[in-house]
Amino acid sequence: MTFIYDTGIIFRRTLRLLMRQPAFLAIALLQPLLFLVLFGPLLTRLPGVALGGGGSSGDAWRFFVPGLLIQLALFGSTFVGFAIISDWRAGVIERFRVTPVSRLAIMSGRVLRDVCTLVIQAVMLVLVGLAFGLRAPVAAVFISLGFIVLVAIGLASLSYAVALLLKSEDSFAPLVNTVVVPLMLLSGIMLPMTLGPGWLQGVARVSPFRYIIDAMRSAFAGQYWNSIMIEGICVAAGLAIACLYLGSRVFLRENA
Amino acid sequence: MPIIEASGLARTFKARKREVHAVRGVDLSVDEGEIVGFLGPNGAGKTTTLRMLTTLLRPTAGTAVIAGADLLRDPLTVRRRIGYVPQAIGQTMGGTDNMAKVIEELHDQAEMYRISRADGARRAGLLLNQLDLGGLGDRLVKTLSGGQRRRLEIALGLVHEPPVVFLDEPTTGLDPQARSNLWEHIRRLRSDLGTTVFLTTHYLDEADALCDRVLIIDNGVTVAAGTPDELKRRVSGDVVILRVGSLAGKARTLLAAQPIVREALLLGGATPHTPRGASDEEARISDARGADGELRLTVEHGDEALPALLRVLDGAGIAISSISLSRPTLDDVFLTLTGRSLRDDSPSAAGPGRPGAGPGAGESALTPATAGRE
Repeated sequence: MTFIYDTGIIFRRTLRLLMRQPAFLAIALLQPLLFLVLFGPLLTRLPGVALGGGGSSGDAWRFFVPGLLIQLALFGSTFVGFAIISDWRAGVIERFRVTPVSRLAIMSGRVLRDVCTLVIQAVMLVLVGLAFGLRAPVAAVFISLGFIVLVAIGLASLSYAVALLLKSEDSFAPLVNTVVVPLMLLSGIMLPMTLGPGWLQGVARVSPFRYIIDAMRSAFAGQYWNSIMIEGICVAAGLAIACLYLGSRVFLRENA
Repeated sequence: MPIIEASGLARTFKARKREVHAVRGVDLSVDEGEIVGFLGPNGAGKTTTLRMLTTLLRPTAGTAVIAGADLLRDPLTVRRRIGYVPQAIGQTMGGTDNMAKVIEELHDQAEMYRISRADGARRAGLLLNQLDLGGLGDRLVKTLSGGQRRRLEIALGLVHEPPVVFLDEPTTGLDPQARSNLWEHIRRLRSDLGTTVFLTTHYLDEADALCDRVLIIDNGVTVAAGTPDELKRRVSGDVVILRVGSLAGKARTLLAAQPIVREALLLGGATPHTPRGASDEEARISDARGADGELRLTVEHGDEALPALLRVLDGAGIAISSISLSRPTLDDVFLTLTGRSLRDDSPSAAGPGRPGAGPGAGESALTPATAGRE
């Protein structure tokens, strides 16, 4: 109970601080929106077989929007660590650690805030997608939101933990870029990985997002229960649990 | 009964396979309602000790009981019962968020201590008034002045009316007026609420003006404890500071040989604590090193000793560019105990009460007896 109450305190605080500068929310949404508007229409002109559908422009959007949702989650959640470095520098983390507030709540409250903002951003992205011609079952949208919630829980926890260990934007920024860009490329966000040569498809197997995207695309294509979906759920849940565990280890340390 | 009691508190860090003993063994005992100053140069272990006492760092050895709770076995209860105001300079700042409003910081802090909304609002209003922050509740933290922000940080440490509050360098970085104003607030904490205050500082005048008792830490060990007056009484004799230019080494050798001189020390050079009768060889070395030519002598009856000292130097043809005489200060206590000057070690002491180590060494608030003796 204490933990939940404390998570609530940190959640409200960080949400309030974020809302004071709402431009940040829009900036995080800008990149996937640009892809949607400036890159998405190109896909609708590709031969349909490439994207694994019947060749209609609806197939292209059903392929592309899940990728953009993952991209949004991937970038939005891995960069949250910067905020904890500036909080640490302001002495806020230390101040909280001397109060009776749960030290884990310092992380979980923020992660909850990040998940909520991400869901709002994702809904906005889907709505813009609809305007551009996306037609997908409502259930698929909800399943996809579920996936990116899991992704966000995992990545945000990990990001906070790593950032708090490094305590320096100068080392955190290159690290995040080095990890996120290849992960994104290997996930098949823009084009299906099946287009690639064998070795690339093999390498792509290491990216957890690849399985998650496949599951989301399967849902968008109207298939909610198959081995792809099970794989995706296992990977997403495993990722979230593993990262949450690592994050809690860092935040619960006696010395930080 | 002591409200803070620690014994053998130690903390070792491992850095590149080397062990660094930041704190080697701190014993301290603070009674309820005391204002105790923890004094020491940068790197002496002040902040590390404070971080251990406030549950931010787990000691590698030793025990402590704070406000009735065991530091190692029950840190959560310790956290409930103490207030902590972090250092506001250096790597991390004092704990407030630029984009938060003053009142929000207080409300959030109250919530973390499970203080009801109504009580929290009442406490926040009270603290804002007590700390001269009335009317600033809706301001963003980033718009506050340095002194206002520091007072807010102190208010945050007091939201839950803790019996003990730890202040890490509360006035560092503030202008003289803001500092003495803050001292007033800290005194009132004790007189109005009976709060025990444990603060670190490297300002000597702060320790002298504010603290009932001073603990001196050096190299991770507490080397002395007592009231400022008790500590000053430990240093017997008066201090004469002479500036003699390039021949300081030779002058020291000469003066150290005088029976009225208990101790002669070359300042600025790297020869600490040379006993009287240092060899000519040492003298030449320090002269060649170009030490800034300041000598510090400990003498009995300084007023009577001065003429004799002047005659000796005159006889040897050593010109004196300045001379001063002062009663012992906490800095002298520190120098006697550790062989180092506290001032040399505190670059941020450039603010008030920093007369430099020169002729005015006795001007700080620590030496009320200087006047009329020069």
